[in-house]
Order: sequence, then C-alpha cells, then structure tokens
Amino acid sequence: MSTSTPQRPRTLAEKVWDDHLVVKGEGGSPDLIYIDLHLVHEVTSPQAFDGLRAEGRPVRRLDLTIATEDHNTPTINIDKPIADLTSRTQIETLRRNADEFGVRIHSLGDKEQGIVHVVGPQLGLTMPGITVVCGDSHTSTHGAFGAMAFGIGTSEVEHVLATQTLPLKPFKTMAITVEGELAEGVTAKDIILAVIAKIGTNGGQGYVLEYRGSAIRALSMEGRMTICNMSIEAGARAGMVAPDETTFAYLKGRPHAPQGTDWDAAVKYWRTLPSDDDAVFDAEVFLDANELEPFVTWGTNPGQGVSLSDVVPAPESFADPNERAAASRALEYMDLAPGTRLKDIAVDAVFMGSCTNSRIEDLRQFASIIQGHSKADGVRVMVVPGSARVRLEAEAEGLDRVFEEFGAEWRFAGCSMCLGMNPDQLAPGERCASTSNRNFEGRQGKGGRTHLVSPVVAAATAVLGHLASPSDLAALTPVEA
Amino acid sequence: MEKFSTHTGVAAPLKRSAVDTDQIIPAVYLKRVTKTGFDDALFATWRQDPGFLLNQPTFAAASILVAGPDFGTGSSREHAVWALRDYGFRVVLSSRFADIFRGNSGKQGLVTGVVEEAEIEKIWAVIDANPGIEMTVDLQSRTATIGDLRVSFDIDDYTRWRLLEGLDDIALTLREEEKIAEFEARREAWRPRTLPVR
Ligand code: SF4
Repeated sequence: MSTSTPQRPRTLAEKVWDDHLVVKGEGGSPDLIYIDLHLVHEVTSPQAFDGLRAEGRPVRRLDLTIATEDHNTPTINIDKPIADLTSRTQIETLRRNADEFGVRIHSLGDKEQGIVHVVGPQLGLTMPGITVVCGDSHTSTHGAFGAMAFGIGTSEVEHVLATQTLPLKPFKTMAITVEGELAEGVTAKDIILAVIAKIGTNGGQGYVLEYRGSAIRALSMEGRMTICNMSIEAGARAGMVAPDETTFAYLKGRPHAPQGTDWDAAVKYWRTLPSDDDAVFDAEVFLDANELEPFVTWGTNPGQGVSLSDVVPAPESFADPNERAAASRALEYMDLAPGTRLKDIAVDAVFMGSCTNSRIEDLRQFASIIQGHSKADGVRVMVVPGSARVRLEAEAEGLDRVFEEFGAEWRFAGCSMCLGMNPDQLAPGERCASTSNRNFEGRQGKGGRTHLVSPVVAAATAVLGHLASPSDLAALTPVEA
Repeated sequence: MEKFSTHTGVAAPLKRSAVDTDQIIPAVYLKRVTKTGFDDALFATWRQDPGFLLNQPTFAAASILVAGPDFGTGSSREHAVWALRDYGFRVVLSSRFADIFRGNSGKQGLVTGVVEEAEIEKIWAVIDANPGIEMTVDLQSRTATIGDLRVSFDIDDYTRWRLLEGLDDIALTLREEEKIAEFEARREAWRPRTLPVR
C-alpha cells in the first residue's frame, strides 16, 4: 500500500486516506475506507450490536476491535453495584455483547479500563498511519500519532463491526501552523483554546486539521493528544500531527506496538507520512506561540475564550450579530458581568480529568504546581485519572499523596465530571475550572458553570480559589513539604 | 432489510405540519439499549390523548402515514425511524421531509414518498369519507392508490433501488466483499491487533 507510484505532493491526511482505499467512489459516491482500529464503549454500541444480532451478522474483525467502560463508570466505590439504572444497563449490555460476540473488553476494576481515548494510545494500539474510529466525537485525540481518527454514529459503529470499513467522502485539509516557543506556564491546552477562539467553533467544519510548526514539534505526545482531542470543538472531523521521533519514542515497547522487523518496517513507512513540502492545503491558519498566554473560556462554547490576564468581554464588542447574541446568553448563564477580570472569578470546584487532560503527564503537571500548598477553603478539587493504568502509575510516583495532602479527591478512572453521566456532577449554579473540553450549558451537571483551563491553571486555581495562573503563586510562600 | 415492492394497508391521516423527531419519539426513550421494540414510544406524548389518531380503533393498525408538510425535522435521532417501523409503518407520505430523517428512513426500509400538498389534501378527503380505507403503494411505479384516487410520489432513484432490493448500508458494503478481503490480504503485519493480548 505504501508503494504507490510518484504522484502529486500530498498532505499527511491524504496519504493515510489513500492507503486505506478499498474502493474508490465514482460519480459522487463515497470512497470505501478500511478501518484499522475500532474502539467501543458502552454508550454508542448497544444498538449497533443489536443490529448485528437482528441480521445474524458477526463482528468481522475481533482482532481490530476493543471495548472499555468509561462514560457511566463511578469513580468511587467501584466494587459496588452502579446505582443509576440507565448507567448500569448500558454497562451490563456492553459486557453481555462483548461476551456474546467475542470482543475484548476492559471492564471496571480491570487495570486497562479507562477513557477509550486514553486506553488506545497507552496500549500502543494507536499508531501513525492507521485509521481509528469510535462512537465518540473525541476520537480525534488519536490523530496526535499521525493516525486518521474520527468519531462516528451508532449506525456507523454497526457498519464497522460488520464490515471493518466505512463509506466516506474525503475531507478537506487545513494546516494550523504554530511557530515559536511557549512561555513558562503556557501549555498545549492554551494553544488549542486559542486556535478555537481564533477560527470559531465552526471554523474546522469539513476539514481535517493538521497541526504543524515548531511549537507543535516541541510538544510531548500528551500535549499533542490534548490539541487533537479538541479539534472537534472547532467543528473539524479530525486533527493530526505528523509522526516524528517523539511519536516513535512514545510507542516503542508498548504492549501492542510492533516489535522486531515489524517495528523497523513500520518506522520506515511512518517516516514517509509527513505532508510533502509542496503539498497544498485547502486552508491555512497561523498562530504565534511566543504571544500565547494561559487561556480560559468565559462562555458556554469552547470558542468563547480569552487570555487569563484579560477581562470578560462585552457582547457589544462582537461585530457578528449571532456572536453578540450568543455572548449575552452565555454571560447570563455564566452569571458574569462584562469587564470582570478573569482572575477575579471565584470557583466552587476544580475538575482535573477527561480525555483532554488526564494522562500521567497532565497529573504530574497538576501535582507540580499544587505541591507544598493546600487547596483553597470551600473549593472542591477532584482528580480523576484517564485510566486505571494512569492511576497505578500516579500512585507508583506518589502523586496520590500529593493530591490527598493538598485536599483533593483522588478518584478511579473514567469520564466523570467531564459530562456527569455518572454521579460526579456540579450542583446548579456551581462554578468549575475544568481541564475537560466542553463548557456547554449543563454539561458538568444541570445549571453548572464551566471554565475550560489547562492542568496548570486548574492547579493554581485550586490553590487560590479563583481563576489563576501558576505565576500568580510565586507571591505565595509554599509551606515546607 | 426486507425487499419492498408494493404494500397495501390502512392509511392514517396525520393532519399536522412540522412533526419533529421529538414528537415522533420523545428523548426519554433514547436511553434504551435496543434497536427494536420502540413501538410503544411512537408519538408517545400524543398517544396519551385518547382522541389521538392512532388511539382510534379504525387507525390503530395503520401502516401508511399521510402527514402534513415538513415531517421529521429536528434532532437527527435514528430512533424516529425505528419507532415508526416498529409500530408497523411501511410508508410515510408528505409534501416535504427533513433531509436527515429521509436519509435514515431509506436505510431502514421505510418508504418516504413526496406528494404535492394539494394531493395530500385529496388523500385526506378520501380517508375522511371512508375512515379505515386501505391504500396501495407501488414503489416500482411510484404511485399510491386509494379508492378512486391515484397519485404519484417522488423518491430518488438510488433509495428506490435500495428499497426494491432490500439492501441496507451494510449489505451494500458487503457486495464489495472481494475487495475488502483483497485489501485485508495486503495489510502490513505491523498494523495494530487487539488480540491476542501480549
Ligand atoms: S472524557 Fe469527556 S469528552 Fe472524553 S470521552 Fe469521556 S465524556 Fe467524552
């Protein structure tokens, strides 16, 4: 597949697409694309399995399919039966389906259980040049490896289970180039929040975004995953970063990474994947990393964000009438007045978790800021690892003690307060600094108010009780640890 | 998916416009984990009213719905089609359908025929004069016949072909089985495998 004849210069996305063409669509019909990896969880799979059952169809490739439980799982008392009936039914249904069809599953309590987008990369299943799908919009996370990864609906889940392919129309490509060096305390999360604020929540519609430039190259895999994760919040189908030495180093030795001669063959192919120098993108966006500051959202969509040192904008400052109306609705919901300094906004809760920021590096960053401090009075701080394995790693490093001494709740793995399908929810009116990806009305609990932030901003906020950056802590004298 | 050629059944006049998918199936039913068995959920809110169309014995067993314009608007939930299908509907006629609803219908074997609004009114008049009267829908000739009235309906060639052949999306893809198998035969060894667990 990788031995195509010389042709026009291509982007990373086009190369991966071309190498998965089973049937080229003609006369306006879609291409049939092969799927290398199908991740399954309890929310979007029940009807898909039911559909297979109704038609007497098996899962075509059990060896390309893996299931885990994440959206509904409790993060405390995980050995007790799940109280919420809907949650319990969804999880039990997944277990039954996995058993009946023979799908590999990592259930609550298993050491590989966790958020589906944390589990794939950590097992070494997510790798460059593959196609990844999951019935979840944040599947874009896996694009950090140079994979083509996107979320699908339940009927598509059934389609992939039955055929290991999907009929798809090609996406357009957009280059997002971030050059320069991030200042201390500025992270991948701030890059992506700034990108979304710049292009808007629809700016990426119909595109695969390719993040490039020196600031992206300098990021760890965790940072790249944070960025690709939120591509969907810019309306894009997928986000990608070209594979490089950082990617290979992350993968090498992981349980499912290729070994021996397979590894050599893989790396040789992976090196051919980056976009050709003269490849043409359908759209291009530039961002100066040197100018970035910690970023935070003030509204109810991820595009409504500003620098943390800024103030809450006035609706009148938006030229577009729709944006203006959205801003005033958002401010009302968020109970914020224009002109308020972001750093004067007090919070009730801090949520450190979700598929955007719950990997070991994220937890280390959070811990490094809070170490030696104790949490602000009256603020509830929840730290939820992305997977059971991340939890174990964190405990092996002693991070759990840092969290607990600080006064944070150290939980078991899952989506948790990212969407509150389990009991981890905000109460009406409560305000939260959250490392997750969506600040929609009611997302973290009915009436809850969400400010999206990076792990280090979440940490500083947890210390001070109001939105804050790590540099704001410099004035404090840490208590001797 | 069952093949569709002609269908004869009781036609029910749903004299409402802009029937959205929330009306067809309220959100609470989305929590279910099955793809079938949604018959009780169809128009659940309206069915609480004893006078509602489908609560009348004459129309309880209807299999053809003759609705006002803009049928199936709102949320894209596929459950709306499942509910109609599970209740026993094989055909919906309207002067306008929401695109996503229509796309979902074609994939699940539900015929959505576009009939001019004036013709819909004529069909309603025939039903009003003879409640419980049967209608015959012929997909081959794209016509619906009720009493002495015969109307043509629109449905795109591709969807019509799929319905006549009884091909769902998966069956369509599986027609490419040979090419899928060829592709699989040349996939490189390094690509991920979830099994066996190393
Ligand atoms: S952590 Fe949040 S965004 Fe990620 S998969 Fe779970 S619910 Fe979705």
